[in-house]
Amino acid sequence: MEVPILKQGEFLIATFQAALSDQDLESLRRGLLQQVVKFRSRGVIVDVTAMDVMDSFASRTLREIAHMIRLRGAETVIVGIQPEVAFAMVQLGLTLEGVAAALDLEEGLAYLIEKFKNID
Amino acid sequence: MNPRTARVAIHSDQDIVVARQKGRALAAEIGFSAVDATLIATAISELARNIVAYARVGEIELRTIDGPSREGILVIASDDGPGIGDIRQAMRDGFSTSGSLGLGLPGVRRLMDEFEIASQPGKGTRVAVKKWRQ
Repeated sequence: MEVPILKQGEFLIATFQAALSDQDLESLRRGLLQQVVKFRSRGVIVDVTAMDVMDSFASRTLREIAHMIRLRGAETVIVGIQPEVAFAMVQLGLTLEGVAAALDLEEGLAYLIEKFKNID
Repeated sequence: MNPRTARVAIHSDQDIVVARQKGRALAAEIGFSAVDATLIATAISELARNIVAYARVGEIELRTIDGPSREGILVIASDDGPGIGDIRQAMRDGFSTSGSLGLGLPGVRRLMDEFEIASQPGKGTRVAVKKWRQ
């Protein structure tokens, strides 16, 4: 299942629709990086509200996405991690260190706008 | 109560998703909370991931179980892969030989209530974990 990537001004929004396989996550990583380059995006929001499980592979891929995008001078924010998914991640010992997270899409957008308002 | 069982053959990363979804559904069916169902699904995901990473093929078996006072779920991950030489080392946080995060087994033990592992080099690995309904 492909993850749709939406362009919203200077930002990109990727919304996870359902349970994603490793291949889906890898193609998301490729797609996001390509589009960040193509549109010269300043920020990326990855909405994981629908994600059923965040295991070691998924969290590593999200971290890699955020770090690659940072090397392009853009910022990533993960939004919508469900409380039970967050609980399982902590039990498993997973962290999203160095990656911004926000409650939902609205707060994610607010975070990016705040981040870039002084640069423009 | 008659135990309910499901088996998922693990051959690829797609099967990881199938296994954890079946596990979540089974957990929900016997009354696990959303939080516990997610913990179980996450543990299944890691166990299936280990199969794909180390043994390439294997199986996840799911079974409802009756305890003295409550129901639970048993998850057995088995494969005929290379096996684990040093189980104590594999159970330490941060240890991995596949370039993964190395959180798999110790993480799974934290997610579940009971954890058993049997493995021998060249003879595959069998991990059995249980979680009881609160």
